[in-house]
Amino acid sequence: MLPDLPGEELVAQLRTMLRIRRFEEALIRLAADHDIGHFHVYVGQEATGVPALALLGDGDVAYTTHRNHGHLIARGVSPAGMVAEILGKATGINRGKGGTLHLASAAHGFPTTSSSVGGPLPIAVGSAFAFQELGLDRVSVALFGDGALEEGAWHESINIAAMRKAPIIFLCENNSLEALGQKANEYPSSTLAAVRLTDLVDPFGVPAVPIDGTDTRAVHEAMAEAVQRARTGGGPSFIEARTVRWPGNRPLWPQLLTGETDVTFAWDPSGIPAEHERWWSQQDGLLRFLRELLDAGHVTREQAIAIDTEARDEMAAAVTFALESPYPEAEEAFEHVFA
Amino acid sequence: MSSPETSAALGADPSDASDPSVMSDPPARAGWSRLSYAEGMALGLREALASDPTVRLMGQYFFGLTPWRRLTVDIRERFPDRVWDPPIAEIGYVGTGIGAAISGLRPIVDVATASFIFQPFSQVVNEAANIHYMTGGQTRVPMVIHVNHGIRGGGAAQHSHSPQAMLWNTPGIKIMTPSSARDVRGLLRTAVEDDNPVFWADHAKLFDYVDDVPDAEERIPFGVAEIKRAGTDVTIVGTSLMVRRALEAAEILAADGISAEVVDPRTLVPFDTETILESVGRTGRLVIVDECHQSCGVGAEIAARVAEHAFDALRAPIRRIATADVPIPFGRPMEELVEPSAAKVVTAVRSLLG
Repeated sequence: MLPDLPGEELVAQLRTMLRIRRFEEALIRLAADHDIGHFHVYVGQEATGVPALALLGDGDVAYTTHRNHGHLIARGVSPAGMVAEILGKATGINRGKGGTLHLASAAHGFPTTSSSVGGPLPIAVGSAFAFQELGLDRVSVALFGDGALEEGAWHESINIAAMRKAPIIFLCENNSLEALGQKANEYPSSTLAAVRLTDLVDPFGVPAVPIDGTDTRAVHEAMAEAVQRARTGGGPSFIEARTVRWPGNRPLWPQLLTGETDVTFAWDPSGIPAEHERWWSQQDGLLRFLRELLDAGHVTREQAIAIDTEARDEMAAAVTFALESPYPEAEEAFEHVFA
Repeated sequence: MSSPETSAALGADPSDASDPSVMSDPPARAGWSRLSYAEGMALGLREALASDPTVRLMGQYFFGLTPWRRLTVDIRERFPDRVWDPPIAEIGYVGTGIGAAISGLRPIVDVATASFIFQPFSQVVNEAANIHYMTGGQTRVPMVIHVNHGIRGGGAAQHSHSPQAMLWNTPGIKIMTPSSARDVRGLLRTAVEDDNPVFWADHAKLFDYVDDVPDAEERIPFGVAEIKRAGTDVTIVGTSLMVRRALEAAEILAADGISAEVVDPRTLVPFDTETILESVGRTGRLVIVDECHQSCGVGAEIAARVAEHAFDALRAPIRRIATADVPIPFGRPMEELVEPSAAKVVTAVRSLLG
């Protein structure tokens, strides 16, 4: 279902989701010809990140992971600067020193992005600690996958956050569902003895809710409650947003196994290829959101196509900008070791 | 700078602790006070807290389990809202310190015994040290991480580490290894005002040493070595407690008519190579005494720099006195055999001048 928000805000969220989708698809194509190292895409999780991060304001911080592209675009970071960073160019948002795993934009509330699983969890708690101590009306968000819950850092972080009643939201994007991860040559999914991820939260007295991460209304409501709790001294929250791992994320390197997204699938299922029928019809949160917007009359098919075309054009231009950008001078390797 | 070393009195009941002020002799001269190393630490911490409302203490074992730990009671009374007692969760509270530093505080995080730094090593080495660099200079991590390092006596393999060399192998972390009350107080003030992560290693066996400390506030810059004793025949470079061992050795050697110069780098990062090269240029001989394990230790790096830049000045091979490449044993005779000492420095110097 749709969040209880004005239509123009919902359409803006659709635009952001399509920009993320087209960014990642463009990146997968780009990676075929350029070595950008191991990378991770956010396809299939847009319906979680976009409505969730839309609830943050200036000064709020978020700590993301190796799967960060969607989160940054959702908070307004320039895709051109991101592609440039992913190619290691001087115009990259980290000046070519971070790459896909570490895309950060302090001005947009991403102070640092760690590719160490679980590593940023206590750091996110630390920002919340500082906000409390400095009397700032700000919240910190830790964005992570189900795998981070296997790390000891998780236990230490939720314990400190709970004791401090820190203004932090642990937003776990569980993308392991239906992953055929244990099959040969595919990336393993999470391995936990706990039956439910929220079982790992309950002993700390932190409110924890599992939600359907492809249901934008569920995401919006859970996140709005968590942000409200943080801002009013109620302490931390835990949200498990369940998404389905996009088939293209099952191989070690992302692949366009499903083909590129076709927005017309939202109203014309006849074009959906049989092989990925379930993905496009039931599991993709972006198409689900688009169908709901069409049904509610917030957007027309023509408008959806126009928004999508703009997103494609923007990402094509971003790739061109990045490819045409210069590399940093090699000597810049010796800068920024210390502030 | 001299004082008899007393035992660290590990595990003593706090009620047994003598009043720290008894340790202090009358002021040596106007404008100066006689303070123990531990009192210098406490003074630096109090001054840092008073000068900047964003400074926080995370943890409270700055003085280990020594009687000096009563000094933290005083700090807590003066700054009741500025000290946080974290759970036994080094990953959690060091990471909390990093995030707090990113978001506007200047935390001084106490990890207590240096061997415990390996629990949050990923936070220190893979997060704090990298953040400014890999964000292309966007984000700063102004925090101090404190430990009590070294062979304190009976600490055995898991409470005796000196991880400075491992961290010197980690670009992005500054390292201070003070050896006197004046240095620890002045370096700490600089560390807290630095916009980078600073690793602050004290040796528990330094706490009782008494020195003159200026009454006025003082900030000692990083990267400036101090010649603790001038000499002409041999340069002895020491760090932390080993500065004291070097000075003891110099005293013994003086009785033999050997004039040893003792140089204390005071910080490893940044490192004042120049002062050491100049000293070796005058003496032609170099002995380095440091408590890290020998292989790839602090002494190894200093020896390499001098060999690279002042080879022609050397009139004898460089000698390193370090902790032997074994885990630290518990029993005292074994511990004594593997740790660096003034006697080992004296033997090394005599072998060079033989």
